Amino acid sequence: MRLLLNRWFSSAGAKPVWLVLSMLPALWLTWAAFQDLLGANPAEALVRATGDWTLRALCLVLAVTPVRTVSGVVALARMRRMAGLFVYFYASLHLLSYAWFDMGFEANDIAKDIAKRPFILVGFTAFVLLSALAGTSFDRAIKAMGGKWWRRLHRGVYLVAGLALLHFFWMRAGKNNFAEVAVYAVLLGGLLGWRVLRTWRNR
Amino acid sequence: MLIPSRTSGFDHTVPSEITPQSVYLRRRELLKATATLAAGAGLASWASRDALAQTTWGTPPGKLVALRGQPSRVEGALTMEKVTPYKDASSYNNFYEFGTDKADPAANAHTLKTSPWSVEIEGLVKKPGKLNLEDLLKLSPMEERIYRLRCVEGWSMVIPWVGYSLAELIRRVEPLGSAKYVEFVSLADPKTMPFVGSRVLDWPYVEGLRLDEAMHPLTLLTYGMYGEVLPNQSGAPVRVVVPWKYGFKSGKSIVKIRFVEKQPGTAWNKAAANEYGFYSNVNPSVDHPRWSQATERRIGEDGLFAKKRKTLMFNGYEAQVGQLYAGMDLKKFY
Repeated sequence: MRLLLNRWFSSAGAKPVWLVLSMLPALWLTWAAFQDLLGANPAEALVRATGDWTLRALCLVLAVTPVRTVSGVVALARMRRMAGLFVYFYASLHLLSYAWFDMGFEANDIAKDIAKRPFILVGFTAFVLLSALAGTSFDRAIKAMGGKWWRRLHRGVYLVAGLALLHFFWMRAGKNNFAEVAVYAVLLGGLLGWRVLRTWRNR
Repeated sequence: MLIPSRTSGFDHTVPSEITPQSVYLRRRELLKATATLAAGAGLASWASRDALAQTTWGTPPGKLVALRGQPSRVEGALTMEKVTPYKDASSYNNFYEFGTDKADPAANAHTLKTSPWSVEIEGLVKKPGKLNLEDLLKLSPMEERIYRLRCVEGWSMVIPWVGYSLAELIRRVEPLGSAKYVEFVSLADPKTMPFVGSRVLDWPYVEGLRLDEAMHPLTLLTYGMYGEVLPNQSGAPVRVVVPWKYGFKSGKSIVKIRFVEKQPGTAWNKAAANEYGFYSNVNPSVDHPRWSQATERRIGEDGLFAKKRKTLMFNGYEAQVGQLYAGMDLKKFY
């Protein structure tokens, strides 16, 4: 099984398949928006769904290394960059939906909203950080920065995860509705915890 | 004033459409007559026409028992705006007893038992007691009122309600001079309402108005919408609708109306006093601490790409209710 999976993830077809699968939620949402399948408030539905998929993509990319290490499917590493870029892809769609459907692209209103609502500020900060990671994701950036500094910068993904979680928590705080927040907190906490444990053991 | 104005709503009903009140009040007898009398042919055609009749806003959805009212004569009670599709108004609800997601009430509220139903009148009144739903329905002629509904969350709808001014009930129970506020208690039955007991709010859901607000003719004791009885998710079988306040002020599935001297502790005010005041009048210039109240999205009408519309002071009912708050600092009494 491990051999099979390793072979599959090493094959030329693995990346395109991963790409298409990762695109499915976005394609579905686009289709649903045009077919009026998003309920009474499609704007709200799009903002929320793209936010949910950002969190899911974040859990997925942070799971790559633990799964790879534990299962021995080392070829999974080939998917990590694309998985990371999909976090940025859904975060961008999330920001775009908010700026467009909620704010009507009014730069002034958006600036005021970022200043007014802490949870918007937190989400926006996470996006800016994520932009830095996405912007340095290609090989030449890694070379230019040097592996050590590049890795340091990209550990920022944990900060992004924390901010994203806080953003989600705050959004749900209005209704004291924390069940889903708890699920993501446990997932992301577990993935971070696994790394802390590993570093501590390897000392 | 005898001259009809746009806001008084006289100009959008053809006189021939209006069922005479005498006929309306005797509709059951008339329907029985259609079944028993040979001469009922004429009445039968009247009855069937009534059932399928187009209203001023469109055709009833045909999902629940019909409940019609005459177009209200109360000033401001019939907005000319496009009515929200029934599908949206009955699928996008806040009714936390049935879940916090807006799709939850429509999915879960089928368990609500609306019959038998009674409303307890308590507190500082001369005539306290229990009123059956049947008696409440007969208490005053039903009116149709098309109100804007603005949710504190920043969305809005336009809904044709059926009911009569709450004042009609209040007058009959004769509040004492010491009664200053009216408290509305919603049903809290953990057996039929799966989220009663969740930590979001204190149960039962309690809302309240100042007595003069409750007596205002626009405050509606509501039994139906879209020409039919209320669907469960909209607060069947009887609820309050206060069109110039944020939607959460309009309690659903009311079981108790209490007349009190002191300002009652209301559900959202108790949950977050800095965010939800007792008054909670729609006010575009007083923001919610976490978001702006200057604009709103009209559900079912403003498309995905449309800009949000400006929220109106007192939800557009300033001419009718503004004087209730004369001299009050609405930033302080939000």
